[in-house]
Amino acid sequence: MNRRDHVTTPSRRRILACLAAVAVAAAACGSSSSSGGGGGGGTTPAATPGVTATSITIGTTTPLTGPAAPGYSEIAPAVNAVFNWVNAQGGIDGRKITYLIKNDEYDPTLTATLTRQLVLQDNIFADVGPLGTPTGLAVEPYLNTAGIPQIFIESGCTCWNNVAQYPWSYGWQPNYVVEGKILGQYIEQHFPGKKIAFLSQDDEFGQDGVKGLLDEIPASQVVSQQTYVATSAGLADALAPQISAIHHSGAQVVVLYTIPAATALALLSSAGTGFAPQFVVSSVGADPPTLTGLLSSFSKGKAGAALLTGIITNAYLPPLTDTSNPWEQLAMKVLTAYDSGFHWDGNSEYGAMLGFSFVELLRQVGPNLTRASLVHTLDTDFDSLPSAGLSPYTFSSTDHNGFSGSEVVQLGANGTTINPLTGVEVTTETGPITDYTGAAETPPSWLSASS
Amino acid sequence: MTPVAAPTPGGWGLLRARPAWLRLPEQPLARHLLFALVGGALLYLLTMRLNSYDNLELAQVGLYTMAIAGLSVLTGTNGQISLGHGSFMLVGAYTTAIFTEHFHLPLVLPLAAGAAVSAVVGAAVGLPATRLRGPYLAGVTLALALALPDLTVKFSSVFGGDQGIVLNPPTPPANVDPERWLAWITLAGTLVVLVVLANLLRSNLGRKFRAVRDDEIAAALSGIHPARTRVLAFTISAACAGLAGSYLALATGVVNPGSFSLFLSISLLAGMVLGGTGTLAGAWFGGIALVYLPQWSTSASGHLGLSPAVSANVAIGLFGVVLVAVTMLAPSGLQGWLRGWYYLALRVVRSRLPGAGAGTGGTGGGPVGGAAGRDGVAQPALATAGDEFTPNIGTERSTT
Repeated sequence: MNRRDHVTTPSRRRILACLAAVAVAAAACGSSSSSGGGGGGGTTPAATPGVTATSITIGTTTPLTGPAAPGYSEIAPAVNAVFNWVNAQGGIDGRKITYLIKNDEYDPTLTATLTRQLVLQDNIFADVGPLGTPTGLAVEPYLNTAGIPQIFIESGCTCWNNVAQYPWSYGWQPNYVVEGKILGQYIEQHFPGKKIAFLSQDDEFGQDGVKGLLDEIPASQVVSQQTYVATSAGLADALAPQISAIHHSGAQVVVLYTIPAATALALLSSAGTGFAPQFVVSSVGADPPTLTGLLSSFSKGKAGAALLTGIITNAYLPPLTDTSNPWEQLAMKVLTAYDSGFHWDGNSEYGAMLGFSFVELLRQVGPNLTRASLVHTLDTDFDSLPSAGLSPYTFSSTDHNGFSGSEVVQLGANGTTINPLTGVEVTTETGPITDYTGAAETPPSWLSASS
Repeated sequence: MTPVAAPTPGGWGLLRARPAWLRLPEQPLARHLLFALVGGALLYLLTMRLNSYDNLELAQVGLYTMAIAGLSVLTGTNGQISLGHGSFMLVGAYTTAIFTEHFHLPLVLPLAAGAAVSAVVGAAVGLPATRLRGPYLAGVTLALALALPDLTVKFSSVFGGDQGIVLNPPTPPANVDPERWLAWITLAGTLVVLVVLANLLRSNLGRKFRAVRDDEIAAALSGIHPARTRVLAFTISAACAGLAGSYLALATGVVNPGSFSLFLSISLLAGMVLGGTGTLAGAWFGGIALVYLPQWSTSASGHLGLSPAVSANVAIGLFGVVLVAVTMLAPSGLQGWLRGWYYLALRVVRSRLPGAGAGTGGTGGGPVGGAAGRDGVAQPALATAGDEFTPNIGTERSTT
């Protein structure tokens, strides 16, 4: 009797399992029919995805929340402000730009999911200005396999310059090795014989930067090399152990390859123990307004911009404080009009300049816009276009890096001024460092024309 | 023991009196395979209808279902609680990533390796579990969930540190949409896991699991080795989570420690409770919730115009609310709740049938799932059902 019941019960259970599977089916069908209408994917096979006669849909992933959000969350809205500025003038070749911004919290797995959503559901033409090295790397194979441009990745990883394997990926800012070499040369020339320590993020960003630094700085001068992890758990440790190790190594110059939050924590940690070396900070983590805010919030108001005085960093865009620069004036105008509540800092500047680069690219491609024509233009006749960058672009069919160099600058009192220490220097991953003497460019008239 | 040939009059027999071709196979394996076949066919038709992105999500539903089913066997059938199943997914995901990075093997091998390595880790964790109960065991698994992601950062030369490992997307056969193909292989894996687990629960081993859960001393007196049984349950459960992690690696194309946070482990546990602890079918509900709840909440908060800082946390809050609601309204999970209605309907139908006598016990029970069974209604099927989703966590006796 009992045995019999054991036979019957599970069979009922299987029926329910089956019903549940049908329920899954029904649920998924529901979502299909609702999304199918909006995407309209596959109905016009010949057309370029995301491009119609009157519109271009592009997307990006960026941290709006999470450990990397402070500062960086301002970039995508600034890029979008440029697109809205251009849209108000009628768009590019009659096409208005829609920019879909997804919050990936700087989590590569989330980037992977959201990028697939952008491609498969939102049908984007290209991934424009996705932020971050680990996040960009997470989708580089996917986008390249699918043949979708991954343009102007907001990271200076050398990994975007891998034309043979990833022909659809392009950087924008100078790569971290180039930046590291230029900073390294300055340190080597101006701090001879001093003890030097590095603190770098434990990923391609930090590793590339250290590689560039060690290209110029004699290894015998380097007394300590520390790393940290960019996840919230890693930053929660406040970097105190690393700073303590650097302090005890007797370093006189400390180079930081850090995101802004980590820079602020490192500065606070040092100040807290009375450790005051010469700090040299990668441009990634050296934006004065961002750092001022972070220093004040992390220390609950006890410390602030005073810690920024004298920091050496590098710049590949015109200084924030140069209000006479026509690019800066244009960016201010665009942001004031289309990015409500923006803060004028390195992040919004960066976003605006990157947005200018992209709309100039679209205009250069012309009305026949396809994914192939976009990258063809980047490879062949994009470098000659005017840009806000202090140094020229390096794009070609064999180079997908971005800007070729930067100048070394020092922050004045409280980070309120930015003073050049060198002229603009350009280099490559392996080549020598040379001075760049080209004249600064001005924005094209079609772009700066008021709408 | 003679096989029970004649149906009990007035009981299940009435409903079972149907043509032979409509009757389900009596042999569990045959029956489970039949259901897997039907379910597989339905899912196949579904994948053909869906667009790429929906197929990707369906694949994710499949892999989370797999992990939750394994956890459900551990908790519901064997009475052990794990707060660290996300870390078994990590083990599976990294194993598959490393395998595909270094060797070009048929896809089934990296997947199997993910399950196998995870099973080994599960056995290692299961060993101390033989001496730990309730909250203490939860503590050990919690430590695992916190420590394993950090280990991948510590040994960054192997595991890629915080950056993790990027996989090249698996190449589908010609003319097959990559996401559809991903859905196929993932759902195939899910069905295989469900069939294996369903058979296991119906086997001698399944009875051992339940015996150890209910009373270790009694089980030991019956010749069951409680410690061995508990380790085995942990191993099997870890293998399921490992396989799910392997599929997750394929679905996202990247493994990194951030994706296997404590939140994932808690989500799996919540998904299990939501669907119904101890039921394999309920795992589907958990899988659906894990994939779609965050999405719905993100789009909802987008429509509401909430700031990113708020909307990023709405999903977690919503998950909590749903969990509380389910626990209060349907303590045996969605599956148990549905089952309660199913039995109620069955009883109504049966009471209307001619010849339905007093033996049916037409009172008590109702749609409250497990409670119906525990009321002690003289209905063996109900009693078994109730018994099945009694998690028994924290009420176990110590053996020593």
